Amino acid sequence: MQWEIVIGLEIHAQLSTQSKIFSGASIAYGAMPNTQACIVDLALPGVLPVLNQGAVERAVKFGLAIGAKINSPSIFARKNYFYPDLPKGYQISQYEFPIVEGGNIRIQTGETEKDIRLTRAHLEEDAGKSLHEDFHGMSGIDLNRAGTPLLEIVSEPDMRSSAEAVAYAKILHALVRWIGICDGNMQEGSFRCDANVSVRPHGSEAFGKRCEIKNLNSFRFLEKAIEFEAERQIEILEDGGSVRQETRLYDANKGETRTMRSKEDANDYRYFPDPDLLPVEIKPDWIARLQETLPELPQARRERYVSDFGLSAYDASVLTGSRELSEYFEATVKQLPAQAKLCANWIMGEISARLNKTDMDIAACPVAPEALAALLSRIDDGTISGKAAKTVFDGLWQGEMDQQVDAIIDAKGLKQISDDSAIEQQVDAALAANAQLVADFRGGKEKAFNALVGKVMKATQGKANPAQVNAALRKKLSGQ
Amino acid sequence: MLNDSLKQLAKRLAGKEVSSVELTAEFLGRINQLNPAYNAFITVDAEKSLEQARAADRKIAAGEAGPLTGIPIAQKDIFCTQGWLTTCGSRMLSNFVSPYDAGVIERFNAAGAVNAGKTNMDEFAMGSSNENSFYGPVRNPWDINAVPGGSSGGSACAVAARMTPAATGTDTGGSIRQPAALCGISGIKPTYGTVSRYGMIAFASSLDQGGPMAKSAEDLALMLNVMTGFDARDSTSLQREAEDYARDLEKPLAGLRIGLPQEYFAEGMHADVARAIEQALDEFRRLGAEMREVSLPNSPLSIPVYYVLAPAEASSNLSRFDGVRYGYRAESYQDLQDMYRKTRAEGFGTEVKRRILIGTYVLSHGYYDAYYIQAQKVRRLIAQDFTRAFTQCDVIMGPTAPSVAFDLGEKSSDPVQMYLSDIYTSAASLAGLPGMSIPVGFGEKNRPVGLHIIGNYFAEARMLNAAYQYQQATDWHRRMPDV
Repeated sequence: MQWEIVIGLEIHAQLSTQSKIFSGASIAYGAMPNTQACIVDLALPGVLPVLNQGAVERAVKFGLAIGAKINSPSIFARKNYFYPDLPKGYQISQYEFPIVEGGNIRIQTGETEKDIRLTRAHLEEDAGKSLHEDFHGMSGIDLNRAGTPLLEIVSEPDMRSSAEAVAYAKILHALVRWIGICDGNMQEGSFRCDANVSVRPHGSEAFGKRCEIKNLNSFRFLEKAIEFEAERQIEILEDGGSVRQETRLYDANKGETRTMRSKEDANDYRYFPDPDLLPVEIKPDWIARLQETLPELPQARRERYVSDFGLSAYDASVLTGSRELSEYFEATVKQLPAQAKLCANWIMGEISARLNKTDMDIAACPVAPEALAALLSRIDDGTISGKAAKTVFDGLWQGEMDQQVDAIIDAKGLKQISDDSAIEQQVDAALAANAQLVADFRGGKEKAFNALVGKVMKATQGKANPAQVNAALRKKLSGQ
Repeated sequence: MLNDSLKQLAKRLAGKEVSSVELTAEFLGRINQLNPAYNAFITVDAEKSLEQARAADRKIAAGEAGPLTGIPIAQKDIFCTQGWLTTCGSRMLSNFVSPYDAGVIERFNAAGAVNAGKTNMDEFAMGSSNENSFYGPVRNPWDINAVPGGSSGGSACAVAARMTPAATGTDTGGSIRQPAALCGISGIKPTYGTVSRYGMIAFASSLDQGGPMAKSAEDLALMLNVMTGFDARDSTSLQREAEDYARDLEKPLAGLRIGLPQEYFAEGMHADVARAIEQALDEFRRLGAEMREVSLPNSPLSIPVYYVLAPAEASSNLSRFDGVRYGYRAESYQDLQDMYRKTRAEGFGTEVKRRILIGTYVLSHGYYDAYYIQAQKVRRLIAQDFTRAFTQCDVIMGPTAPSVAFDLGEKSSDPVQMYLSDIYTSAASLAGLPGMSIPVGFGEKNRPVGLHIIGNYFAEARMLNAAYQYQQATDWHRRMPDV
């Protein structure tokens, strides 16, 4: 039987506020345990939550960026359960009336585009951390993370492969960083994925029983976990069994998922509106002000790159992979508007390769967009060859000659020979010195022509303009 | 001096007739003498109180005294008080010394008031007789065999027995007004959102409201002037301009329209209470007030609605008492679940557990709509009843409690009977309206009767005006129990 995989993702994006969602404590990562937990985070008797406006603004920005509905009022609710790192015995979250409802995100796999619908995005507080090692049979509790603002972004079950799920997660990851609401640091847990996976016979309408996989803190784990899980479910079904609805944990070391808790063990969270917090009213003028602070969004840029610059959809999506990369491209192409494709090729090629090799971010790229544009314009106007440009680029990367492109070209003697008479001289010399090749060519061997070009290039140490050499050779050989 | 009003005490202090240290020592002496029998205080700390008194004396000497500077005020043990044991009447917090001050405590400190001690209360403010305290029951100063009411029974007793000039209380369904009535003192629960809930240990967040308990309406006004005001740390705190609650005290009552809800003057009210209330209403008529019959058709539902919503919120509010970070923890346990179970089984008393169970039940999957949502709808109807009634009258009056103080143990085995003690007070709580109780005479066994005054939102000054004028014409509020 042919199986179809159905995937929905729940992504927790940590919002980039200074302080916690309901208290004034810092959310900076990596502090000594319990040094960033104030009396509100510790849930002392009598303390009360006060909503962080910055968290609300970030959620609204996200809603606007995905074309969603902003609910007003939006309601905070208590999700009740006992756990040692949940100080109040409930998590303040949203249940009915999440701040963001609906919206969608366009993904691309290969050359195929697809819209993924979002169900909702709601604000909530993070729990603390339980530390089970190093305490000799006891557990340690670190409440630094308790109260950190999260936006839980829930998709519809619209994805049909691990590739689509990864594409969605990556687009979302780029988007939250793009609009400046989340730093996206996956190692530090700022962007965490849970995947709901089920399978069904191809063509079937009804969804299969799903499993929720937790703890997917990299795109690679997301991909592997979905693939493993889908295989596992298909195997069960093909053996005549049935999938049990449950929460599973991905074990990155073993590359497999395993049962965390079954549906029967699920808590009744007894959600109810938090009486300590008022319904959040988000007035249209506030929304309008936030709308103005949004930069041009990646999807709009992708479309513009295709329509205005004639880039392929693939190039456009690579260049909008992060706001920094896109800004770099924008700054480069601004200097060289007619050569967008050349700019794109260099950024996606030479620059990206160098950055990867040195494990650097585009923001730290030693070659400024203006310098790159200057270099590319010298290719464009025929001053240097593409090959020589790579040498100049090396010089720029090393910071030579104050990153003055022309100075580097001069210093390295890379200027192309574009003078017609000079080239003609070289061509004549080559023809004279290689009578056999000339004869071969005249005898119909096209290859000999290329060999003659090579001779000229060699004689000029590669500096002759190849197009001109070509033209001159053709002219001479055709006997004119 | 024991029966002095706050104003009179302030005058004595200002005139150097007495120092705050002397005044504080005087009341501490009375607490020492009476508390063993009445159990009104959980914590008394003479050194801390006297230190505040010394600071107050310096303030007075420097001419920086406010109306409450140097005056001892007892604080209900629900208000977190830095450096003081803050138990909320529970074993669960029997070792909890608060590292911070509640908003209300900060305000009293800033006013230069002296903390006279932390008063006894029903555990987590759940009760109407003060028999639910881990620290034992409080006795009624008018009759040592009677309950003082609850949950602010310790504060009511302390004021009635003149162990303190005034005290704070909190009211969720009647916890200021009912004990004030049963102990023959005055108490007011202001409009919800007027007094900061920051640092006031939560029972039912949407209903809890702090307020003063004192000997007279005038004293309540002075106390409210200190206690009220916006607090950004409480999201339900109302941002309003400060008001002087004493501003209208002297206004004559001519033309005051008093609404008498037919539902409050029906069966349920004991005859002795009815007699005292009728006499009080006659006094208001003499003062120029007019009586209007009004109807609050949904108010009979207020007890069932209250006993869905308050336990629902409480079940969640009390989840933080889990033995992990502070407070009581069971001594021996097998694992985490066992620690939770034993800690909460041993740390909470019977009534608290009962309400946690009710609350957990009504919020459970499959019951939420039938109980919680339904109760919220009726809550709105109850509030609408009042809105309608206040188009016909300025204040509403009736009995605070259906009977005078009952005997210790009389109702403790029948929770529903106990819950009915709040039948007249819980509706105003559900609507968020201000309500107060003033003493208007005595009923059976010479136990006090309280008149309940409900006002429209923010009508505290008007209510205090009515109460003050009544107290100018009568002397029930000046009567002292023979302790």
